[in-house]
Amino acid sequence: MSPDDVVEEVKKSGLRGRGGAGFPTGMKWSFLAKPEGVPRHLIVNADESEPGTFKDRYLMEHIPHLLIEGIIVASYALGSNTSFIYIRGEYAWIVDILEQAIQEARNNGFLGKNILNSGFDCDIHVQRGAGAYICGEETALLESLEGKRGNPRIKPPFPAVKGAWDRPTVVNNVESISAVVPIINLGGEEYAKIGVGKSTGTKLISACGNINKPGVYEIDMTISVEEFIYSDEYCGGIPNGKRLKACIPGGSSVPILPANLLLKTAKGEQRMMNYESLSDGGFQTGSMMGSGGFIVFDEDQCIVKHTYTLARFYRHESCGQCSPCREGTGWMEKLLWRLENGQGKMSDIDLLWEIQSKIEGNTICPLGDAAAWPVAAAIRHFRDEFEWHVTHAEEAQVRNFGLAHYADPIQPIPA
Amino acid sequence: MADEIKKEAPQKFKVTIDNISIEVDPGTTILQAARMIGGDVTPPAMCYYTPLQGSGGKCRTCLVEVSKGSEKDPRPMPKLVASCRTTVMDGMEVKNITSDRVLNARAGVVEFLLLNHPLDCPICDQAGECHLQDLSYEHGKAGTRYEFKKRTFKPHNLGPYIQLHMTRCILCYRCVFTADQVTNKRQHGVLDRGDHAQIATYIEKSLDNDFIGNVIDVCPVGALTDKTFRFKNRVWFTKPVDAHRNCDKCCGKVTLWRRGDEVLRVTARKDQWGEIQSYDGKTGWICNECRFEKKNVSDWVIEGPTAVPRHSVIGVNHYQRLEQPKETIPAVIGRQPKLLMDIHEVSDVNQPGVDLSKIPGPATGAVFNQKHLGNGKKEQE
Ligand SMILES: Cc1cc2nc3c(=O)[nH]c(=O)nc-3n(C[C@H](O)[C@H](O)[C@H](O)COP(=O)(O)O)c2cc1C
Ligand code: SF4
Ligand code: SF4
Ligand code: FES
Repeated sequence: MSPDDVVEEVKKSGLRGRGGAGFPTGMKWSFLAKPEGVPRHLIVNADESEPGTFKDRYLMEHIPHLLIEGIIVASYALGSNTSFIYIRGEYAWIVDILEQAIQEARNNGFLGKNILNSGFDCDIHVQRGAGAYICGEETALLESLEGKRGNPRIKPPFPAVKGAWDRPTVVNNVESISAVVPIINLGGEEYAKIGVGKSTGTKLISACGNINKPGVYEIDMTISVEEFIYSDEYCGGIPNGKRLKACIPGGSSVPILPANLLLKTAKGEQRMMNYESLSDGGFQTGSMMGSGGFIVFDEDQCIVKHTYTLARFYRHESCGQCSPCREGTGWMEKLLWRLENGQGKMSDIDLLWEIQSKIEGNTICPLGDAAAWPVAAAIRHFRDEFEWHVTHAEEAQVRNFGLAHYADPIQPIPA
Repeated sequence: MADEIKKEAPQKFKVTIDNISIEVDPGTTILQAARMIGGDVTPPAMCYYTPLQGSGGKCRTCLVEVSKGSEKDPRPMPKLVASCRTTVMDGMEVKNITSDRVLNARAGVVEFLLLNHPLDCPICDQAGECHLQDLSYEHGKAGTRYEFKKRTFKPHNLGPYIQLHMTRCILCYRCVFTADQVTNKRQHGVLDRGDHAQIATYIEKSLDNDFIGNVIDVCPVGALTDKTFRFKNRVWFTKPVDAHRNCDKCCGKVTLWRRGDEVLRVTARKDQWGEIQSYDGKTGWICNECRFEKKNVSDWVIEGPTAVPRHSVIGVNHYQRLEQPKETIPAVIGRQPKLLMDIHEVSDVNQPGVDLSKIPGPATGAVFNQKHLGNGKKEQE
C-alpha cells in the first residue's frame, strides 16, 4: 500500500476523531501540506485531561502496541519520520509502559531506519506534559511540545500547514490512531460497516458517576443511551435503585442532559450512543459525543454543586490569554460558589447566563466554549434548582457538601 | 524587460467596512484596512501592536462581524472574528459599529477587562494616555455587576527605571513580545494561568536591557510605568515636542514631555493609534539612554510641537507656536502689574526653583519639602 492508499482507507472508514471534536480523520490527513524538503510530524494527543474521560489511559496501559502500530502506519501515511506521543504528565507510569513497548518495537525492526525493508524510517518520542488541561488543545500542545508556554495559537494557520516547529503536522487522539490498525486490517469499507450513519467503528466510553459498574466500555454506537446505562453488559443501572437525574455524555465540557432529554431526542425517538443522536437538536435538546466521558447523576445529585465544580476547573485551567475566558471563568466560578452556598441572589442566575453568552464564541480556543456550555445547559435545564438555592438559602447553607473550604476568600454580598 | 511589462499590476482586494469600501493589498488585516479608512469604523485594539510580530488576537476588543466572506464565497462567518488577525478577502463585507452583535460583545469584553482592573485613574500615571480608559469611555457601562474583591498583586520592582503594577495589567502580552523581539535577552514573561496569571520576572530580577524601556510605551494601561516620571506630573500638564539627538544605539527620535523648560519624560514617538512610529520602514524604538538619561533640553535638537489628536486629553495643551505670547498687561497699563500675592508663598507646588525631573522618585507633596530639595531658598519644617 502506498501512503495515499492508507489515507484513502482511513477516509473510507469514516473514522471521526476521538479527541472530542469528532472531525473526520481521513479528511484531516488529506489536508496535510506536503512542501518539498520540509519534514512533517504526527503527534498523538495523549493529554486526556477532560474531567470524566479516562479511555486513552486504558488503551496505552493495556494495549500500548496497538497505539504504536497505529502510529507507525499513520506516520507512513503522512510521511512523518519523527512522531511524538504528548502524554499527560500525571500518567507517569504509562510513560514507562510506552517506552518499553517502543523499545520492543524497535528491537523487532518495526521502528527505526528502513522498517521491514520498506525504505521508510520512523521513530517515536514520548513527551510528558506538565499537567495542564489546556495543553490538550492541539495548538497549545504544539507550543508546549516546542518547550513554550502552553497557550493556544490563533488559527489560521492550521497545524496541517504550520504545526510543530512550523512544519506540517497532524494531531490525533490516542483512540483515533489506535483505530487505524483495525481499519487497515479490515479495510476501510468493512470498518465503516461497524456502527451507524456517520458514527462508524467502535467507540470507547469511560463511564462514571452514579452507576453500578463504572469503567471503560467499547461500544459500536448502535446501542441506545438507555441500554448503556441500565443493561448489565454496560453500566448496570444506578446504585440503590435510585432514579436517573441527568448525564453529561461526552466529557465535562459538553452540555448536561436531564433524564427526559437523555433518553429521548427532540423528535421523541430513542437517543442512541452515537455522534448524530447525542447532538440532536443542538444545545436546546442535544449534547455531544465529545471525548466519550459519560458522567451519570442520580436523583440525589445537586446540579448547582456540580456546575460549580466544573466552573472551578475551567477557571483554573484557562490559559488566560483572552479576556472573556480569563475573566469570565473566574466570575462564573465566584457566582456559582455563592449560589451553591446559599448566598446567591435571583439576579445571579441571569447574570451567569449573560456571562456565559459573552464568553461563548468570542475566544481563541474552544476552552472558552467548554467553560460556557456546562453553565448554559445547567441553567437551561435546571433553572429551578438554581432558584431553590436562592429561595432556600439556609437549607442550602447547612446542606454543605463540604465545598466551603474550596472557595477563594470571597467577600459577603453587599447588603 | 518584456517580463516586466507583462507583469500584472498587483491585485487589490476590495473590502467594505460599515458600508465604506476601500481597496487594499492582499494580506492586509481587517483592522489595518479599517485604520486606512479611519474614524469610527476602526475597531479598538488593546493587544495588537503593529510593530510586534505575533501580537493580537488576545484581548478580543477588536471583534467584528464578517457579513460576507468574499466575492467567491459570500457566506457570512458564523462567529465574530478578531479583526487584528483576520486578513481580508476580495469582496469581504465587515460590520463594526453597524453590528449590534459586535457592540454587544465589545461591551462584554470591556466589562471583563474592567472586572479586575482597579479604577484608580486619579492616581494612575497612565491617566490621559490609557487605552482602557478610552475604551471604557466609548464602549463601557457606567456601573459594574461585579461584586467580588478585585484581584490584587504585590508590587513588583523591576529595577531602577521600570515599575510594574501587576494589579493593573490586562495581560495583553505586548511587553512580553517587546522584550522578546526588541531587547537582546528576555527576562520577563507570563507566570501561571487564567485570572491568576501574571507578568513576572520569575525571581524578582530587574529589567535592564538596552531597549527594555520600550515596554513602558507599549503597555496600554498603567501597569508598566517610567520610574523617572512617575508621580511627577499629569500628562495633560506637560507639553509634548518632537526632538532628536545623535544616538549610536537607536534612531534617537523621541517625544519630550516638557513642563516649561524642564524635560519630565522622554518617550518614543507614537502614531494616531498609540503605536510607535516607523521611519524608513524601521520601527522607532528608543534606547534606555535616550529615554531615561537625557533629561536636559540641551541634550536634544527640538523639532517642534508633537501633533496630538484632537480628542486626546493631551490636546488640551495643544499649541502650534513655541514662542511665548506677548504680555498684554504692561502694554495696556504702561507698567508691570503689581504682585499682590506670590502663590508660591502659600503653596510649594510648582516652585519655579524646583526641577521636577531632578527629584529622585515621585514628586509628591512631601518631596517639596525644601529640606529634601536643598535649594537653599527657605527652610521648612
Ligand atoms: C481545552 C481543550 C482540551 C483538549 N484536550 C484534549 C485531550 O486531552 N486529548 C485529545 O485527544 N484531544 C483534546 N482536545 C481536542 C484537540 O484539540 C484535538 O481536536 C484532538 O486532539 C484532535 O484529535 P482527533 O482528530 O483524533 O480527535 C482538547 C481540546 C480543547 C479545546
Ligand atoms: S479561550 Fe481560554 S484557554 Fe483558550 S486561548 Fe482563550 S484564555 Fe486561553
Ligand atoms: S504589563 Fe502592560 S504591556 Fe505587559 S501584559 Fe500587562 S498590560 Fe500588557
Ligand atoms: S486587538 Fe485584536 S484581539 Fe486584541
